[in-house]
Amino acid sequence: MEHYDITVHGARELLESKQISAAELTESVIGRIDSVEPQVQAYMTLTEDVAREAAAAADKSLSSGDTTPLTGIPMQIKDVMSTKGIRTTCSSLMLENFVPLYDATVVERLYARGPVLMGKGNMDEFAMGSSTENSAFHPTHNPWSLDRVPGGSSGGSAAAVAAGECLFALGSDTGGSIRQPAALCGVTGLKPTYGLVSRFGLVAFASSLDQIGPLTKDVEDSALVLNAIAGHDPHDSTSIPGERPDYTKALTGDIKGMRLGIPKEYFGDGIDPAVDAAVRQGIKTLEDAGAVVEECSLPLTSYALAVYYIIAPSECSTNLSRFDGVKYGFSVDDATTAWETQEKTRARGFGPEVKRRIMLGTYALSSGYYDAYYMKALKVRTLIRQEFEEVFKRFDALITPTTPTTAFRIGEKTGDPVAMYKSDTLTIPVNIAGIPCISIPCGFSEGLPIGMQVMGKALSEESILNIAYTYQQSTDWHTKRPTL
Amino acid sequence: MPLTREEVTKLADIYHIRLSDEEIALLQDQMANTLEQFESLTQLDTENVKPTSHAVPLATVLREDVAAPSYPHDEVMSNAPDKQGEFFQVHTVLED
Repeated sequence: MEHYDITVHGARELLESKQISAAELTESVIGRIDSVEPQVQAYMTLTEDVAREAAAAADKSLSSGDTTPLTGIPMQIKDVMSTKGIRTTCSSLMLENFVPLYDATVVERLYARGPVLMGKGNMDEFAMGSSTENSAFHPTHNPWSLDRVPGGSSGGSAAAVAAGECLFALGSDTGGSIRQPAALCGVTGLKPTYGLVSRFGLVAFASSLDQIGPLTKDVEDSALVLNAIAGHDPHDSTSIPGERPDYTKALTGDIKGMRLGIPKEYFGDGIDPAVDAAVRQGIKTLEDAGAVVEECSLPLTSYALAVYYIIAPSECSTNLSRFDGVKYGFSVDDATTAWETQEKTRARGFGPEVKRRIMLGTYALSSGYYDAYYMKALKVRTLIRQEFEEVFKRFDALITPTTPTTAFRIGEKTGDPVAMYKSDTLTIPVNIAGIPCISIPCGFSEGLPIGMQVMGKALSEESILNIAYTYQQSTDWHTKRPTL
Repeated sequence: MPLTREEVTKLADIYHIRLSDEEIALLQDQMANTLEQFESLTQLDTENVKPTSHAVPLATVLREDVAAPSYPHDEVMSNAPDKQGEFFQVHTVLED
C-alpha cells in the first residue's frame, strides 16, 4: 500500500518507529495530488510550501520525541474554516481573495498538534448544496467514478480522503454535509453533537445547525481527530462547557447487549434496494457482534426536510447579510451609491443556490409569513427533538442508511433544487435535533460506495464511535480504495 | 402556483440584492415548488408547543469582561475593497 493510502493511526506507527519521515509522507501525498487532482479537483487552494515547512517541523518533533497522534499527518481543511494568511473562499466569488486575520479555533487546535496542511477543500458555495456542483470555481469528481458527484457540501474533503490526497480532512455538517459525501465517497464521516466542537472561525451558514467534524479512512482516525478538535471555546457561546473524554479509549470493540433501534421510516420508499440490502446486512453484522436489534418508529422523520429548508435558509439569509461590499470580500466598482454597491455586489458575488436560499429565508422571515413558516418550523423542531429523546430512552443508538441512493451523475439534479434537497432526507433529522451521528462504509452497488449511519443521543460520541469501530473490526469496506 | 414577479422583486428589495429578469422568472417557479414542500407542516398540531431555536438548551452565557488586545488595525483593513486612511470608504448613503 502506498503511503498516501494509509490511515492516520497507521502513519503514526510508521512515523514513530522511524520507518518513514514526515517529509516522505508529505511528498507521497503531494505526488498523489499532482497525479490525481486534475481529475478529482478536491482542492480550492493547495499549500505545498506550508506543507513542506510543517513536515520539516514535524520531523524535528519526531526526532526529539515531542509528538502527538497527529504530528506530521497530511490534512485538508474545508474552505469554510478560517486559516490565517491562507485564503478562505467558501468556494464563492464573494470571498475569492479573502485572507483571514485569524485561525478558526479548530485550526488552531490542530496546528498545536503538528499536522501538515495540504490545502483547503472545495465545497458547495457557502456549504449550500449536496453535490459540490455549487462551487463557484469547479465541481469535484467522485474518485470511485469520475462522472459522478462526491456529495456535498464537504465533497472536496470526502473526495480528498478517498483519493489519498490527504490522510484526514475537516468538514462541516449543517444538514448532512459531512455524512452524505462520506457515504458517497466510501469514507468515515462524523458529525458531533452540536456544541461539542467550536464554530469560531467557521464561516456561518445556519448557526443553529452547523457543526465541524472529521472525514477519515476509519473510525479510529475519527476518534483521534475528534480528540484534537473537541473542546469548550469561550469564543463560541454555544460551545458546551466542560472537559472532553479521550474518545479513542471508548473503542473497545465490545457492543454486547447494546440496544440498537432500526427506525422503519429510514427504509422502504425512495431507498435504493441495494442501499437497503447493504445496511440491513450491516445491522446483521452488529447483531452478530452481540447487539440487541429491534425495529422502532420516528413518525416525524418526513417533516424534517421541510423544517430544515425553512430554518437553514432563514439563518443563512441573516448570516450572509454581512456581505455588503464594504468591509471585506468582493465589491463592485460601477456603483454610485452605498445601496447600489450592496445590491450589485450580492448580485455578482453570490451564485444561484445561495441566492435561492437567501430569497427563501427572506420570505420565511418576512412580515406575514414569519409565524406560518419560521415559527412553525421551530415548533416542529421541538417535536422532532422530543421524538428522538423518547426513542433514546429505549435504545443506545439508531442504525439507518446515510443516503437514499449511491452517488448520482454530475448534472443529474442541478436543474431541480427540490430533487437535490431530497438527497439529504436521511441526514437532516440529526441536525434538527443536534445529536451526533457517524457514517461508515457498508458496501458497494455497481462499484459505488454505500454508507450506514449510527446516531446517538446528545454527547454519546463514545458510544456511537465504539459501535462503528466494532463494525469495522469485522468488515473491510473501509479498507477499499478507488483506482485512479 | 408560481410566485408573482412582484412578490419576488419585493423580497429582493428587502434584502438589497439585485436580480436579473431571468433570475426572477426562475425563482418564481423554484420558490413556489419549495414552499409547496412546506405545506406538510400544517398537518401537525403545534398549538401548545414551544419553539426550539437551538438544539442545545443554553441559558445566556456570561463571562468576566477581561481586556484583551484587538487585531491590528492595518490587518483588519487589509481585506477592505476600498479605504481612505484608517476608514472604510463607501459611496453616498444619504442623497441631497
